[in-house]
Amino acid sequence: MGRFFTFSVSRWLGILIKEFLQLKRDRLTFAMIVGIPVVQLLLFGFAINTDPRHMPTAVVMADPGPFARAYLAAMQNSSYFDLVGSVDAREADALLDEGRVRFVITFPAGFHRDLARGKSPPLLVEADATDPMAMSGALSVLAHLGTSVFAPDLPGLARARPPPIDLRVHRRYNPEGLTTYNIVPGIMGVILTMTLVLMTGLAMTRERERGTFECLLATPATPLEVLIGKIIPYIIIGLLQVTLILAASRWIFGIPVRGSLPLLYVMVLLFICANLMLGITISSLARNQLQSMQMTIFFFLPSILLSGFMFPFQAMPGWAQAIGNALPLTHFLLIVRGILLKGSGLGLLWPHIWPLLLFTAVALAAGLKTYRQTLD
Amino acid sequence: MAAPLVIDVSGLNKHFGHRHVVKNLALQVREGEIFGFLGPNGSGKTTSIRMLCGLLTPDSGQGACLGLDVLKDSARIKSQVGYMTQRFSLWDDLSIEENLDFIARMFSVAHRRQAVARTLEELGLAARRRQLAGTLSGGWKQRLALASCLLHRPKLLLLDEPTAGVDPQARRDFWEEIHRLSAAGITVLVSTHYMDEAERCHRLAWLSAGQLLACGTAEEIIDGLCLNTWEISARQDDGIARHALPDFADKLRQLPSVDMVASFGATLHVSGRNAEVLKTGLEAVLAGSALQMRPVPPSLEDAFIRLMQGSPLHAPQGGGD
Ligand SMILES: Nc1ncnc2c1ncn2[C@@H]1O[C@H](COP(=O)(O)OP(=O)(O)OP(=O)(O)O)[C@@H](O)[C@H]1O
Ligand SMILES: [Mg+2]
Repeated sequence: MGRFFTFSVSRWLGILIKEFLQLKRDRLTFAMIVGIPVVQLLLFGFAINTDPRHMPTAVVMADPGPFARAYLAAMQNSSYFDLVGSVDAREADALLDEGRVRFVITFPAGFHRDLARGKSPPLLVEADATDPMAMSGALSVLAHLGTSVFAPDLPGLARARPPPIDLRVHRRYNPEGLTTYNIVPGIMGVILTMTLVLMTGLAMTRERERGTFECLLATPATPLEVLIGKIIPYIIIGLLQVTLILAASRWIFGIPVRGSLPLLYVMVLLFICANLMLGITISSLARNQLQSMQMTIFFFLPSILLSGFMFPFQAMPGWAQAIGNALPLTHFLLIVRGILLKGSGLGLLWPHIWPLLLFTAVALAAGLKTYRQTLD
Repeated sequence: MAAPLVIDVSGLNKHFGHRHVVKNLALQVREGEIFGFLGPNGSGKTTSIRMLCGLLTPDSGQGACLGLDVLKDSARIKSQVGYMTQRFSLWDDLSIEENLDFIARMFSVAHRRQAVARTLEELGLAARRRQLAGTLSGGWKQRLALASCLLHRPKLLLLDEPTAGVDPQARRDFWEEIHRLSAAGITVLVSTHYMDEAERCHRLAWLSAGQLLACGTAEEIIDGLCLNTWEISARQDDGIARHALPDFADKLRQLPSVDMVASFGATLHVSGRNAEVLKTGLEAVLAGSALQMRPVPPSLEDAFIRLMQGSPLHAPQGGGD
């Protein structure tokens, strides 16, 4: 079909103008596009940024001595920890499992003796890391307590090379310890997925439902012109959303961009395309707007649950990881984390870039294949 | 009549699921002709028109539209056809001007701005150009839709009930325009439910349950049905007899020789195929009443009502092929 690939710039421009005009008139959608990213970021950002205190803490005391007691008192005073009592190791495990305590502190045998000799005894802290943001404040306090509590009793300690105690933190349930910074890549990916797939998914079904598709079909416009014409406004919207999110996270939460900003935008563009292609395919498959919404949600839920946005990716079972690996959001999260937090470059990111390219190509092929050029 | 055929299709079939909606449709329309497409609701007019301009793929059949294959060349057909949909299908959330501009761009109209401005002038909508199309009244929507499908000066117009809901004055203007276009060599295929519009067409086709039951000029169709029509009316201002007409119509319908009875104001049109039997039957019933009868030439409406009731000659076939 040669016609499939004929492309008239003026017709394409016509479609583009029409889409922009319609978008401009649709106030609610427009408000959503700008409002959702900001509101979500504020909601998530602030909700998770809270610095919770008075977290229930159990103590496993193998060596009750004055140092341990002093340390516990200091913990209590910091207001981060509420000591619920002394237990044995097995009870402590159960308490942590049931979520009755957030921390278990274990003072090993010989704690007092080793400390007095300056041998830096280990202090084991098991933390419920399902909410990593919540424990970060408490953990930093713990580390700090080591020096401040024992300094008066052990002169010269403040300058001692090895710290007085060896704080060993076990992050239970979330070994990766996703941090506050991870919320920005997450929100970015989730919002792009949601708004772009949803809106392009509706783009064609809306025409079909309103009957305007018949008029559009009766014109010589080709599928490629229509598809690209309909996609461009959403690419711009996606870039706008990302800019909003980056600006908000920079100025409100003070999260810096470590890596290259242009590279970030190129990656965002790729991710936007992957989502738009999928949206277009959905919109060709769906008979009406309701079906299109349902398909979007069908795609959206695994994207949220299995991409590593909600749960740590490495902690998921193999089958879930396999599904997650097929989703663009999974790779996008890793790419954006890499650029934002670690300053990774193209070479390091390539293992996550080609899956995105592949997804985009497959979705584009599917979109063109399923685009119906007739009303049947 | 040596004008070339603009539409020449045969054996077109279309199924929706198990329903056979268009059955073996064969149509020939010549250049410059105004061709009326008639038939009851759901008879397949819209489906047929959509197949002609490539919006629906026929299940089987072949033919040409503007010399191009309807199955393979729909893209090139579209650029030369002006198709006005039955349901308003321009964009409600674009203004009148934006709609016209969009259509003009889609058809790559030369001197687009001037063409749009001229169309707005001709429509008398220049002052309301910024009004959203969705806020127009029904009749004005129809007029806008017609104007938009004329923008690219198509060679063939496919109009699906273009005057539904349009006021009489605008309807008259519309048909004047159609005849002007036809004189300029543009071919028009128009579907309608109005008899007065059917009479303005050069040739007509009658579609029923997806089958073409009659095709030709109005006279050919009427003659082809071999109708004998009598007009029955009350003798001079006989009020009582006039009130009795509806009851009388029921009585006439019982007669075996009567195919059709239709009320036209204060008169009844009674038609049947066998002239002699009909005449004697009517005379027998009328004898002694205050009613009179006289033979009249059957009108197009008589013919179509007759067709719509389904003659035994063309007993509707069951579904399937
Ligand atoms: N997309 C479709 N899917 C299923 N059935 C359809 C579809 N379009 C039309 N039909 C059926 O095909 C038949 C013919 O419909 P069509 O619209 O062609 O009739 P029409 O002659 O234009 O009627 P009207 O005078 O009411 O406009 C109808 O019975 C209709 O229910
Ligand atoms: Mg119709």
